[in-house]
Amino acid sequence: MSAAAEATVLITHDVGLHARPSVKFTKLAKTFAADVEIALAANGPWFDAKSIVKVMAAKAPKGTVLHIRASGSGADDAVRALIDLVQRDFDEDAGHVRSA
Amino acid sequence: MRIEGVPASAGYAEGPLFDLDRPPAVYAGKATATEEKTSLEAAIGTAVSRLAAMAEAADSDAAGILEFHIAMLEDDALSGPAFASIASGQTADVAWREALDAEIGGYEASDQDYFRARATDLRDIRDQVLRALTEDGDSTAPTGAILCGEDIAPTRFLETDWSHGGGIALKAGSTASHVAMLARSRGVPMVVGLREPLADLAGMALLDAEHGSIVLAPSPAEIGAFRQSSASFVARQGVVRRFLARPAVTKAGTAVRVQVNIADPSDVDGIDIATCDGVGLMRTEFLFGKNLPDEETQYRAYRKVLEWAGEKPVTIRTVDAGGDKPVPGFTVEEGNPFLGLRGIRLSLARLDIFRVQIRALLRASPHGNLRVMFPMIAMADEYERAAALFGEEQAVLAARGVAQKMPPLGIMVEVPSVAIAPEAFAGVAFFSIGSNDLTQYVMAAARDNAAVAHLNSVRHPAVLRLIGSVTAFGRENGIPVSLCGDAGGDPAAIPSLLEAGLRDLSVAPAQLAMAKAAISDVSV
Repeated sequence: MSAAAEATVLITHDVGLHARPSVKFTKLAKTFAADVEIALAANGPWFDAKSIVKVMAAKAPKGTVLHIRASGSGADDAVRALIDLVQRDFDEDAGHVRSA
Repeated sequence: MRIEGVPASAGYAEGPLFDLDRPPAVYAGKATATEEKTSLEAAIGTAVSRLAAMAEAADSDAAGILEFHIAMLEDDALSGPAFASIASGQTADVAWREALDAEIGGYEASDQDYFRARATDLRDIRDQVLRALTEDGDSTAPTGAILCGEDIAPTRFLETDWSHGGGIALKAGSTASHVAMLARSRGVPMVVGLREPLADLAGMALLDAEHGSIVLAPSPAEIGAFRQSSASFVARQGVVRRFLARPAVTKAGTAVRVQVNIADPSDVDGIDIATCDGVGLMRTEFLFGKNLPDEETQYRAYRKVLEWAGEKPVTIRTVDAGGDKPVPGFTVEEGNPFLGLRGIRLSLARLDIFRVQIRALLRASPHGNLRVMFPMIAMADEYERAAALFGEEQAVLAARGVAQKMPPLGIMVEVPSVAIAPEAFAGVAFFSIGSNDLTQYVMAAARDNAAVAHLNSVRHPAVLRLIGSVTAFGRENGIPVSLCGDAGGDPAAIPSLLEAGLRDLSVAPAQLAMAKAAISDVSV
């Protein structure tokens, strides 16, 4: 039984889908059997959400509306979990490496 | 020989030079494509296990960066093009280098500082594997060395033992790089953007990352002066560090706003917004450095700083070229440039250029709490003409449906005519006292002339009286008054400035803690 899901989320993390958040994002995506992809616009281009190289190449800064879609087993769960991670700002404190 | 640069992490280091750009060892090619493939796989594996070992010993900031490197190396999308190239006959080292250089090019082309700075990480990843391929793994710098080169890899920073001193001096580099962030949080002195190449990388050097310079082959006198500055820096750091995170308050309990002066938008990368009350002066001359910037470049620069500051005010000064800041293609050659066509005078004479800046400011304005001020105002008519141009450009943008917002418009108080007769400016939104120029004009002593430096004191009663009367005029008429000259960050001048009535100072970021400490000693 295959399924498909798609949703959008606003990136509110300070510097966007950057190095450390993209590690967390791809790690989480890989826990799902479904194919998962991201894009910066509804009509693509779509990037493999399980490849950090592709996710970084999307260069999604803060304020980007991120499109996430999945197809296959567990597609709904995958999209929901990834949206949730972005909304939690990747569980990061944006200022952690800053100092004066 | 002294070479100037840009401070990326304040501090002092004295030690032997170490060349980061030594030519790497040579890779020995294999007989078959299969062997080349195995060789690259093994090198990637070696690089990953070295990184994993480093990550285990690292703190959380560093481990985050290393995990990013590991994740990139383990992604087939990164190595795929290299393996494809090996299959068609290329050697492992060339295949890997070409594949990674293509990826690095993508980051370098980004219009976002953050992603552009990641090119350094990609070069690091590339070199980790190349090093494993050539088995050139033991190129460690001596303890306490000053690492010099074009740029530095984050892993190189992390595998270096900084506990016995040392520092970094780079020809390229960025204050927004991972290494710069790490250096600031570890207190490792670092200078980027050295103006000249380091010709001879042998022997001792002195790195002053408080002001941004390196001295090669120093004389005994230079070493003596350096050690004094270094000791004074350490003492000041210890005393003032505890003031940085607190709001500035005098001994008598009077609150004082302390903002920062910045030039390049990347300056804010090293500042925690929580430690200041906003940006009291953002200079825009830097944007006009080599060629005239277009509207988009300016818009992005202004927007970056506004977004960083959030709800706190950012006061951007329209271009103050001329005087001691010539811009090719914009300023004119004059016999007496400090008294000539500079600041607002030049902008009003070159409306084509001024209008571009005005549009960029109006468009950036909705992204934060923007205020705009005009430099070198001498007569009310200049302010009114500049404000009218803002009105005209706003109407143009509105008609095109472009998002924009009119910021409060204020003036620099630096020409004595304004300080003496401020009543002509009762309608402006705010005053910002430019104490450097005000002092040089009141004392008739050029600030770039060492022979008259003794006259150039903001604490002369004539200058202080003018500052006091401008501040009083502002208070009586509901016009906020701040000061953004060097005097604002000078502990020796701060008591006089507060006594003159000022409650709002803007200082260089490196002087923030020091200024707050000095304020806490004043009893007004």
